[in-house]
Amino acid sequence: MSLIHLHNIWRSYQMAAETVHALRGVSLSIERGEYVAIMGPSGSGKSTMMNLLGCLDTPTSGTYELNGTDVSHRDDNELAEIRNREIGFVFQTFNLLARATALRNVELPMVYAGVSPDERREKALAALAAVGLADRVDHRPNELSGGQRQRVAVARALVNSPSILLADEPTGNLDSKTGVEILALFDELASKGNTIIVVTHEEKVALHARRIVRILDGNIASDEPVKRVESRESKAEGPASPALDSGPSPLDRFQ
Amino acid sequence: MNFLSELREGLFIAWDSLRANKLRSALTTLGIVIGIVTVTLMGTALAGLNAAFIKSISAIGTDVFFIAPWQWFSDEPWWKMRNRRPILLADARALVRQTTFARATTIDASRRMTVRYRDLAATGVNVSGTTEGGAEVGGLMLKEGRFLSAAEVEGARPVCVVGADIAANFFPLESPLGKRLRVEDQNLEIIGVLEKRGSFLGMASLDNEVMLPVTKFVSDFSFRPPVIIRVKVRDLKEMDEAREEIRGIMRKIRHLAPGMPDDFAINEQAAFIQTFERMNSVVAGAGLFITSLSLFVGGIGIMNIMFVTVAERTREIGIRKAIGAKRRAILTQFLLESALICLLGGLLGLALAYPITLVMDRFMPVALSATLVGIALLVSIATGVIAGFLPAWRAAKLNPVEALRAE
Repeated sequence: MSLIHLHNIWRSYQMAAETVHALRGVSLSIERGEYVAIMGPSGSGKSTMMNLLGCLDTPTSGTYELNGTDVSHRDDNELAEIRNREIGFVFQTFNLLARATALRNVELPMVYAGVSPDERREKALAALAAVGLADRVDHRPNELSGGQRQRVAVARALVNSPSILLADEPTGNLDSKTGVEILALFDELASKGNTIIVVTHEEKVALHARRIVRILDGNIASDEPVKRVESRESKAEGPASPALDSGPSPLDRFQ
Repeated sequence: MNFLSELREGLFIAWDSLRANKLRSALTTLGIVIGIVTVTLMGTALAGLNAAFIKSISAIGTDVFFIAPWQWFSDEPWWKMRNRRPILLADARALVRQTTFARATTIDASRRMTVRYRDLAATGVNVSGTTEGGAEVGGLMLKEGRFLSAAEVEGARPVCVVGADIAANFFPLESPLGKRLRVEDQNLEIIGVLEKRGSFLGMASLDNEVMLPVTKFVSDFSFRPPVIIRVKVRDLKEMDEAREEIRGIMRKIRHLAPGMPDDFAINEQAAFIQTFERMNSVVAGAGLFITSLSLFVGGIGIMNIMFVTVAERTREIGIRKAIGAKRRAILTQFLLESALICLLGGLLGLALAYPITLVMDRFMPVALSATLVGIALLVSIATGVIAGFLPAWRAAKLNPVEALRAE
């Protein structure tokens, strides 16, 4: 069975007098372990799509099955619990808590999952080490570079071992070199078997995925696997981060 | 377990946010500080007033009946009681003779008069006739000499016992015993001096007084004066029987036919206390209401600042919700924050109020009680929770998609 199964999803917004349909009957399946990019110009409905996939929003009609359960008509609290368990978010603007250290940011999902403080700390330290930030755990976001902040966000997203890593323009606020590092981290995670969905409008970012779903005017315009030739090209762009090159990666634990 | 971990997190965030906005937190807290100070001081003052009253009223004695034509604090219209016959000395003596429950009795009559000693004069002195039972019934203590004896009362002897003020003013350097005071055209020999007694309800001084045998008072200072009989009962448990007996004797003495209403009253301390408590609860209610308005204003300040805080941290709320915070967790977080501000305000308020109560203590017997401290802290936490609820609820209900989009 698919990890994600969308069936005939509609999402409409009431804008003053008229109804705007952001998604018009989208159906899509994503298997466990896939690395999928969702592309589309602004206004295409890709943000709505990402909000629905991330259980931040519910469809107007249609069904969304995540991990075998129907999540299309859950209330606020149930969705919060599903997000906590199933989904790790990585945002364009990092969305870390500014006054909390890297460690506390990564601990946060476990706070809401009710994990004990000792276990929380241990897991968070491991997750930070896995993204190569073992020596930055006590730094606040404003003491970290953009790439490091995004790594903290990735550590936070993965610490609860979610079913999906959902990234929204993860390189949008990074320079190209740092962006490549983050994408290399994603490649690594994907190769370990994590399910990754990246929402982006950048072709270069999308090419790291193994499948690209293009959205236009609230519908899926195309849904194709990425050809190997193209992905080799992007790999040549820059070196992978040092943390990922050295021997057996601590990311193994996220498999 | 889950809730506990949310609670810890909430406390941590609340403390963190207070520290991050020091000036704002301090200003917000100020409203609560002022509120708690005023409420605490009002509560302390009321308790002090109460204690002062009880202390003062205890001079009356719980086991003493006051038999007089008029009822204290009666609900009956005054014009119905106006024509009641006064109780005269002969009637009073008859009652004293017949009552069986009494430990001690006394018959009193008094007038304000001028008292002289050589070329010194004091006006408005309470000159009262009493009997040998007066010391025991009134709980009087003698500093020097002795009280009136039965023989002196029987024989209407020209002797007197003086209050502490009279003794101090007329005889600053010598003992008053054996000296003769002049009241109207009579000379009264001083045989005793009373200990200082203070004032009754802070009004009439009890030390500006001259006591002489009531028989002497009736024969020389007043024509057929109305008297009051005081009966101290042997045992508090016999109060009801004693009251009934006195009532029966009085009705007989005053020749009341069966069916006629009493034309006299048997008063006791309880009536005084009841009336005071009724009055006190009105004063306390009004006082606490007015002072709690300032706490209310402080609460509005808290609510206001919490709305601002929630608006400022909309994005943070979005992040927390995206990561899996339920409504309860967000609600708890902001309620804790406002409760913490108010609790700090309450503690600060108490710290300020305490030295003020020490100053107040010079004027009345006040003390910041543990109960009041506990109530003040509970009230401040409650203020925080109530004032913070609306903002916290708004935060908890935020739509995560919109919250994440906020700047």
